[in-house]
Amino acid sequence: MAISDMTIAPEAGYDGFAKEEHHHDYAGDTLLGFWIYIMSDCILFATLFATYAVLGTGFAGGITPKDLFDLNFVAVETALLLFSSFTFGMAMLGAQAKDESRLFKWLGVTFLLGLAFLCMEMYEFYHFSSEGAGPTTSAYWSAFYALVATHGLHVFAGMCWMIILVIHIKRDGITEENHTRLACLSLFWHFLDIIWICVFSMVYLMGVM
Amino acid sequence: MANKATIITDPDPIFGKLTWDSIPFHDPVILTVILVVIMVGGGVFGAILYYGKLRYLWDEWLTSVDHKKIGIMYIIAAFIMLIRGFSDALLMRSQQALAVSDTTGVGYLPPEHYDQIFTAHGVIMIFFVAMPLVVGLMNLVVPLQIGARDVAFPFLNSLSFWLFVVGAMLVNASLIVGEFASTGWLAYPPLSGLEYSPWVGVDYWLWALQISGIGTLLSGINFFVTIIRMRAPGMTLMKMPIFTWTSLSANVLIILAFPILTVTITLLTLDRYVGTNFFTNDMGGNQMMYVNLIWAWGHPEVYILILPAFGIFSEVTATFSRKRLFGYTSFIWATVCIMFLSFIVWLHHFFTMGAGASVNAFFGIATMIISIPTGVKIFNWLFTMYKGRVTFDAPMWWTCSFIITFTIGGMTGVMLAIPAANFVLHNSLFLVAHFHNVIIGGALFGYFAGITYWFPKATGFKLDEKLGKWACALWTIGFFMAFMPLYVLGFMGMTRRLNYYDNPAWNDWLLVAGAGALVVMVAIGVQLYQIFASIRDRKLNMDVTGDPWNGRTLEWTTSSPPPFYNFARIPEVKDRDQLAYLKYHNLAFQQPDKYNRIHMPKSTWAGITIAVLSGIMGFAMVWHIWWLAIVSTVAMVGCFIAYNFEKEKDFYVEVDEVEAIENAYFKRMNERPATETNNAPASGATLPIQA
Amino acid sequence: MSTSHNDANNALLNDINSATQTHGGAAHGSVKEYVWGLIWSIILTAIPFGLVMSGALSSGLTIVIILLCAVAQVFVQLVFFLHMNTSSEQSWNVVSGVFIVLITLIVVLGSVWIMQHLNHNMLMGH
Repeated sequence: MAISDMTIAPEAGYDGFAKEEHHHDYAGDTLLGFWIYIMSDCILFATLFATYAVLGTGFAGGITPKDLFDLNFVAVETALLLFSSFTFGMAMLGAQAKDESRLFKWLGVTFLLGLAFLCMEMYEFYHFSSEGAGPTTSAYWSAFYALVATHGLHVFAGMCWMIILVIHIKRDGITEENHTRLACLSLFWHFLDIIWICVFSMVYLMGVM
Repeated sequence: MANKATIITDPDPIFGKLTWDSIPFHDPVILTVILVVIMVGGGVFGAILYYGKLRYLWDEWLTSVDHKKIGIMYIIAAFIMLIRGFSDALLMRSQQALAVSDTTGVGYLPPEHYDQIFTAHGVIMIFFVAMPLVVGLMNLVVPLQIGARDVAFPFLNSLSFWLFVVGAMLVNASLIVGEFASTGWLAYPPLSGLEYSPWVGVDYWLWALQISGIGTLLSGINFFVTIIRMRAPGMTLMKMPIFTWTSLSANVLIILAFPILTVTITLLTLDRYVGTNFFTNDMGGNQMMYVNLIWAWGHPEVYILILPAFGIFSEVTATFSRKRLFGYTSFIWATVCIMFLSFIVWLHHFFTMGAGASVNAFFGIATMIISIPTGVKIFNWLFTMYKGRVTFDAPMWWTCSFIITFTIGGMTGVMLAIPAANFVLHNSLFLVAHFHNVIIGGALFGYFAGITYWFPKATGFKLDEKLGKWACALWTIGFFMAFMPLYVLGFMGMTRRLNYYDNPAWNDWLLVAGAGALVVMVAIGVQLYQIFASIRDRKLNMDVTGDPWNGRTLEWTTSSPPPFYNFARIPEVKDRDQLAYLKYHNLAFQQPDKYNRIHMPKSTWAGITIAVLSGIMGFAMVWHIWWLAIVSTVAMVGCFIAYNFEKEKDFYVEVDEVEAIENAYFKRMNERPATETNNAPASGATLPIQA
Repeated sequence: MSTSHNDANNALLNDINSATQTHGGAAHGSVKEYVWGLIWSIILTAIPFGLVMSGALSSGLTIVIILLCAVAQVFVQLVFFLHMNTSSEQSWNVVSGVFIVLITLIVVLGSVWIMQHLNHNMLMGH
């Protein structure tokens, strides 16, 4: 087999070294690395979903999601997050066009949509708790809060990251490094919407059925 | 130990649950250990200050992002923790040798202390000895094997190392202030819940593993990207060295498995800190789910430990048989199969929990199937040696011991895979013997072989051969003496984690096991002496060429130790055993015609600083010192953000500096006396390379 | 797959968030992608919400449709928002993505299967 026959002589001029050292694509490394981190985060959420599925009937005779979930409320939250994914896309287009004001405008809208989502979610948690469905109420609610709040914490982290990135860009402009950072945040933000699809399907929709 | 007086229901706002009673003044054994640690630690620190090496340590090691230095630090830390984990083993063996309740009494370790010892033993050996040896060797070797100058994310590499150190320090801190978990190394609820472990032991466990687990996950991502994207030109996946392949598989397993551990630990943490009901006895909690999840992580974890060891054996066997590895392609497929199959066998750790025949049957069969690709590898190694010109240097000794020892351990694993048999053998000493068999005989011997093999690359001189062979012989004999009796005892009905027993029929076997542990102690002593003697005699064992074993892969084309940039010129790879290829065509060890500027990362304060802050946070969380936990968390995030605002994270090495370093290396190599035996490469090194 | 030798420009253009790699009208073409992604996502969200809120179909059928819409919407977002495709630049992303989905299914479905049996046999919830 050619691949393992070392008796085949190399071409003339071969000295064992690469002729030129091509400029290494560090941005590509970062993007792949971040993608792989997202993959590990998928497993994290998978475990939380598994826990939710297993503890899904552990009401311990207490209050159930059917009594509390308000699908209209969830629909608004879903719309907020979905539109924020779209607006982030618009922001990325601004970044690609090296148009800082367009980038900041759309990032600002994304931030506000995310903030609105988080406020709604925190209100929902507060409302549930005062109705007697807190994280310590039963195994079901523990699993609910663990899953949904972890997603919420990720959204919060993304929003903090947005603020810091804006500072970076205001300081240095849309450099290659900042563009890579934006690309990573974009991956993160879209991924959060994908997780939310699973959350509203498995938790809220199936929860009221 | 849950002392009523020390359980504070209303923690102090400044000190949380921490009081003077938290320090075990009543226990003379622990006090002695604390004093020894303070004296040794203080002595070392004093020596550093006295010789003015603090600045050097900080600049060259603590802030280093050089994968070679990080690898060496991992291995040193692992050895230090090996001493602690092994001391726990000696305590257990001696307790069991003494505590035959009908005749000699209950020994010297009360149950609550003994429970912490076997828990600490398991936690330390898996998380703070085996894992750092794996990650350390990967750090040291993989970038060199693929022709790269560093890993993909050097800062993360430094951070990962220091997060591991912090985890180990938390476990050690539990000895001095507070207690450790008494639950077994995996801390099953309800025993690990608040009701049955109300004090801080389990909390130390939680935070030590959570923090070091994040470090491991980051390493997994780092090495995956490194291997995928930073290989030298011409090195396709099917031309990578085997150790790099097995490292890639192990890193995939890390990325997939560690998030499961993160979540499971978090759920238990929430139960203990917030009062959630994931694993409680009531309110819908389900403790079996913890067992399920922790083993869904735990099984891939043991494959993370063993796959790189298999890679090491492949490198060593090929080098010391002066032959290509037999069946490279089948070996890769076997590795990938193992990697995938390791995700569908996890239930075999809890056959007896009651999932029933259909579930047990599926996982039993899957477990038996996974032994097949492993068996394939044994044949790969044996056929590599067949018709090769085998020389038995110390790394080969470890390899041969492994082949025999691990095969036995693997076979007992297949026995345990039969659910019906498992019902008899679960949690007996048979199980304990099996996993020590594969971890010691497989993983640990692999790391020892790897350390011996790559030691000259890291330091510039070889380890003493004779002492290495003595260490291997003593470890092997000691292992067999210590663990073969445990198989018998398992069949005789002795269970694990007993701090005393009353069946005199077991006594003789336990005495042999105890003696075996002493033999292993001597073996470790020999290894420590070997390090000391090798450093003392290093001038006699210098590796001048960088290729002390007549190797076949790229790491041997650099000097020993390599320059900080690894390769002055990036190689162009033609063959799977690239160095063997170069030697065959008389192109090896030639100085290139010109050099280029080299782009390298700078060392950074951020890795160690963020990790230390995480340690403070962990300690604060253990003791419920909330203000400190919040402050340290904010500081951690702040440091990370500050690091990202730094402008100059890298620099260029100029051509003249590269030239000077390379010229010095070639000068040393070309001037070495050809006849002086001490400087000659290993036995058989003058034999021609086989294609 | 050998080491990437793309120069920096190529890498930026081919990165996950670049919709097109071809012409100057990139911005325009990409807005279209995002808009289509948004529209499909809205549809695939409205259907399951509508079905559950109205209770029009049987619960078994509704669950199937919820799952199908969820899977479809995940794909929509992967393709239209995350620009996943089968190009060689993204090969590792696709391979790792497929593998992750597989492991996710094993962990979730495996755990549910195991725990159902355990709960049944060990009388949890009586």
